[in-house]
Amino acid sequence: MHGHGDSQGSGRGAPVAAPRAPAAPADPADEAPDLGLFCLLDDEGGLADVADVPLEPALKLRAYREMKRIRLVDARMMLLQRQGRVGFYGTCTGQEATPIATGLALRPEDWVFPALRESAVMLVRGLSLTTYLCQVFGNRGDLLKGRQMPSHMSARSVRQVSWGSCIGTQFPQAVGAAWAAKLRREPVVTVGFIGDGGTSEPDFHAAMNFAGVYRVPCVLVCQNNQFAISVRQEHQTASSTFAVKGRGYGIPSVRVDGNDVLALYVALSRAAARARAGQGPTFIEALTYRIGAHSSSDDPSRYRSDAEVETWLQRDPLQRLRRHLVRERLLDDGAEQRLEDELNAAIAEAVAEAEPLEPPARESLFDDVYAELPWHLREQRALMLAEPAAAAHGGRPA
Amino acid sequence: MKTTYRECVRQALREALLRDPRVFLMGEDVGRYGGCYACSKGLHDELGPERVRDTPLSESAFVGAGIGAALGGMRPIVEIMTCNFSLLALDQILNNAATLRHMSGGQFEVPVVIRMATGAGRQLAAQHSHSLEGWYAHIPGLRVVAPGTLADARGMLPTALADPDPVLIFENALLYNLEGELPEGAGAVDIDHACVRRPGSDVSLVTYGGSLPKTLAAAEVLAAEGISAEVLDLRVLRPLDGAAILATVDKTKRLVVVDEGWRSVSLAAEVVARVAEEGFFSLDAPPVRVCSEEVPIPYPKHLEDAALPQVPKIVRAVRQVLHG
Ligand SMILES: Cc1ncc(C[n+]2csc(CCOP(=O)(O)OP(=O)(O)O)c2C)c(N)n1
Repeated sequence: MHGHGDSQGSGRGAPVAAPRAPAAPADPADEAPDLGLFCLLDDEGGLADVADVPLEPALKLRAYREMKRIRLVDARMMLLQRQGRVGFYGTCTGQEATPIATGLALRPEDWVFPALRESAVMLVRGLSLTTYLCQVFGNRGDLLKGRQMPSHMSARSVRQVSWGSCIGTQFPQAVGAAWAAKLRREPVVTVGFIGDGGTSEPDFHAAMNFAGVYRVPCVLVCQNNQFAISVRQEHQTASSTFAVKGRGYGIPSVRVDGNDVLALYVALSRAAARARAGQGPTFIEALTYRIGAHSSSDDPSRYRSDAEVETWLQRDPLQRLRRHLVRERLLDDGAEQRLEDELNAAIAEAVAEAEPLEPPARESLFDDVYAELPWHLREQRALMLAEPAAAAHGGRPA
Repeated sequence: MKTTYRECVRQALREALLRDPRVFLMGEDVGRYGGCYACSKGLHDELGPERVRDTPLSESAFVGAGIGAALGGMRPIVEIMTCNFSLLALDQILNNAATLRHMSGGQFEVPVVIRMATGAGRQLAAQHSHSLEGWYAHIPGLRVVAPGTLADARGMLPTALADPDPVLIFENALLYNLEGELPEGAGAVDIDHACVRRPGSDVSLVTYGGSLPKTLAAAEVLAAEGISAEVLDLRVLRPLDGAAILATVDKTKRLVVVDEGWRSVSLAAEVVARVAEEGFFSLDAPPVRVCSEEVPIPYPKHLEDAALPQVPKIVRAVRQVLHG
């Protein structure tokens, strides 16, 4: 299973039936060799008790609403991408629980260094959907002024820094930002994200080592969605789990059911509290599954079966929480439908607001390369302005 | 035979793997997936995972392993998805592959071939859109090639594999869909010389790689205006074919360099410097460079288009060297 055979990802990657109760311990010092799998929601909608982190009905409903919203947003964006209205998009479908739990567990002063699938954290922390969509269109409403791809968003107002497209680079940066907070004696937590594939990059290991040595106030999260494009986790690592890697760096580590938003909320809240209390970093592996394609440029039928996806759909994070909400009488079909209609209307409205905005002016290209425009860029800008304004096309192969 | 640039790359890989048991291909998603640009489609199933190997996601590890395997007697072909990600392996390439022969007093050699996609134009923003072949062409110890035609996509790889030193192959990602005729039996080509793709007498357009089709299209536009442009495809960026550059400038007396890299301190600068040093008295007008604007390549299509060399810009540059 852990070697480099051609196994098709049964075993370690397969869905694990949630334990009924009691919940597996989430103690990061737990000595179980594979670190267990912390989960609270069982398959029938039952919820295990936790004493230290309150799970109020309002929080659960908010978590559901936010997961549902990003699922609908992602679906809409993929549709627009297919229609040629959006250039590129990467969804977090099937793995909404981690970004949403993160957004809910953090305070406004905390920082986030995301990987590809955590843009939704910003929505939970108050970024307007229209602003978010303007980035997808790369237009004049875009905070990034058309300089970055979709799914690489950032917003200073919600303290989220854009990741670089090169996998892994955000991880040491997250550690550095946490170190800054420590040096400034600020009770601020920094959360860094990486994918299972990203753990193979040197930056992952360097960051983990630094975090351990400097005991910085950060939470380092690996979203194990079991794929790096087409490469399965068992071809990525021979380690029994990703969580266990944290041990080697002296970082308390926990493996969480990544489709259980409440378990994630508890694990992230505990890790953030540890960091804020000066107890150093925590490493969290969130075990989940990438239901959608890697991105709009990918065709997953080339490397996995529909049957496998179907198994994981049974473990869908929205359905997991929904069953619990229904059981607790917090949600019924009518309320669900009203929520869906309301969210869809808000999304349609935001698209209608964002899409028609003008593209950034051609010459805006030269701004922000430096704090001030240097002579050579002034020269290049002047030349560009002297050229006809029509989009320059032609001569390029399809 | 009608085919595509992508298929030429694929055929070259397949032939190399079939011909020499020391050759193997490794990189991210090159296996069953067939490569993110589909250049190794079908090869994993045909030849097995030992010859066509998916690696963990770690450029420095698989480039370093490629160097090690070359030292160990193999002929690895390493695919890096794009040159942007090659920066994570830069130490292996620059400080190691490029220096080992020299710094070991000639005891060791590193016959590794590293292929990577380069260039912009796909709305993927800066971190996916760099053209870094000019940087690599700066490094002693490497041979750097940029196939801009189907025949070169098909024929440069076998020659690179026969080279005892590390060879970097830059494939402009917009070329993969390029269609054209490949002569029956097309095979290995030289990786020493530049090549005149279109003869002309009024001006020399020196270019390579992804800018070649644009430059040829510009030459066509110019021909309609009665201007005869010669197009020189550099093909090999290190070592540069200085003689071919001087020869075309000597013929036409005017020079425009088209290069998707940034202008300052660039490959285009090197071409102009060569001409200034050794062909100064051939020139009838100051040379002009058409390069990318010196900004990180943006995302929206119209901004990306504005940042890159385009046919109308090349045409305007030619008018400038001809008419001042
Ligand atoms: C340094 C680098 N190498 C390769 C790529 C191409 N690439 C983009 S995403 C990806 C897989 C990432 O997998 P993982 O870290 O598991 O995250 P996921 O996409 O599954 O969320 C790869 C190989 C890249 N962006 N950067």
